[in-house]
Amino acid sequence: MATDKSNMQLVVNGILNENPIFRLVLSMCPAVGISTTMMNGLMLGVAVLFVQVFSSVTIAIFKDYIHPRIRIPTYTLTIATWVTVIDLVLAAFLPEAYAKMGIFVKLIVAFAIITMRLEMFASKESVKASLWDGIGMGLGFMAGMMAIGFVRELLGMGTLMGYDILGFKPLLFFILPCAGFFVVGLMMAFFNYIEIAYKKAKQA
Amino acid sequence: MKKIMTRYTLTLLFLLVLPGLVWAQDLVTDKSFGADNEIIITFSQPVAPQAAVDSATYTVYEEPDPDIRLQIKEIILAEDEKGVSLIFSEPLNTTESHVVTIADLLPDEEPTTIIVTKSYLGYLIGILLSALLINNFVFTKYLGLCVFFGTSKRKDTAKGMGFTFTIVMVVSAIMSWFFYQYILTPFDLNFLQIVVFIGLVSLTVQAVDTILRKVNPALFNSFGVYLVLVIANCVIIAVPLILADNEYNFLETFMLSLGAGGGFLLALYLMSSVRERMDLANIPPTFKGVPIAFIVAGQFALAFLGFSGLQIF
Repeated sequence: MATDKSNMQLVVNGILNENPIFRLVLSMCPAVGISTTMMNGLMLGVAVLFVQVFSSVTIAIFKDYIHPRIRIPTYTLTIATWVTVIDLVLAAFLPEAYAKMGIFVKLIVAFAIITMRLEMFASKESVKASLWDGIGMGLGFMAGMMAIGFVRELLGMGTLMGYDILGFKPLLFFILPCAGFFVVGLMMAFFNYIEIAYKKAKQA
Repeated sequence: MKKIMTRYTLTLLFLLVLPGLVWAQDLVTDKSFGADNEIIITFSQPVAPQAAVDSATYTVYEEPDPDIRLQIKEIILAEDEKGVSLIFSEPLNTTESHVVTIADLLPDEEPTTIIVTKSYLGYLIGILLSALLINNFVFTKYLGLCVFFGTSKRKDTAKGMGFTFTIVMVVSAIMSWFFYQYILTPFDLNFLQIVVFIGLVSLTVQAVDTILRKVNPALFNSFGVYLVLVIANCVIIAVPLILADNEYNFLETFMLSLGAGGGFLLALYLMSSVRERMDLANIPPTFKGVPIAFIVAGQFALAFLGFSGLQIF
């Protein structure tokens, strides 16, 4: 069963139609936990992109040799291997950013989005399609994290990527850890609002 | 049957208290924290009053920073000359162990070093309460949210998920602890942490699944469906990683995993109670479903902020 979508469509699909955070509502823990700045979102996004792409490709290559009954443990161990790789690389080369993300890099192993993509896509499609789907999903996750980070950093500290934009701090509340829940909830409501308005406009 | 249970309970209690008995030393028979800036020390024999009230006799520091000596403001000798209470100028941080060195108190005696901590049982209960309320894994550490939002729609589901979860978490945490202490650390295999821990979790889930299916089919029918969800959850893998980072011992591991599981159960139950009510409410169409659940979870998280700084022991 090969997908009929082109490479570009697969990438766009991951970023917009099936955005892991806002549309599939998967992998919410980092979206709430460490999205206080855009930089954190970007770093974790890169890590997830790496793990997603490499796991997808690995599973797509070996899909014919994996017995269906042990597929989930196989996926988990594949992901765990790639997470170990990125974990060690980040700890060695970017120790400061790694310290900020704390336990979440290791927790990529339990992110539902990666397992789900392996089960739904990489185990059925060709290596090339899986590669592009992995890139799309990783970029979609990164975009979602950075969007939340954008709102929280701008409203909480008046900065973006560490640069001062506003010159004052509008609402310190958004930097509080628990504000992540409110920001994600409000952003989802906002996207729902756009969707409902769009459908109404289409009908009229 | 009842008698055996009582005997086991008593043995267990004795084992828990045992470390306290072993710590007693020659010169010092008892030591404890008094008021918030006070350490009380009791000696086995009367001591020279002059040396006992001299602040140069004692050096006190918190165990993690030996370089920072705590300032003693006043020393009060007990009436029978068998005890002193050290009053410090600053309130003590009683969550840390304090090391007290006593020198020149008795002639021809080596300096004595004692460690003042809160009672071990209290410390363990502290870990449990901390994982349950202060550092609740859902509301203050933001872990396990996928399952949290997925299974908190009905109270029954929430309870089933919470209990299954606690069992799996305690079993897998204890297994991970054994692997970490006796295999990973001695053989320098710590880079395999993630692979080993996730493997152990999957193994535990599979084992609980098989055992439950044979031993108690009725229970399996009601809880079995949640078992699959447990693997894809970050709390369950976070606990072994946290205890590996903190070098916890066996009892601490048990308490941490129990607290984490209990905290998850508590969070799920609270959330499901609210969501059952919300079904009856008139929610704007843009907020229906997941967005309103996030807002409610945010309010719970704000409320749980109030637990920070809670200290019982």
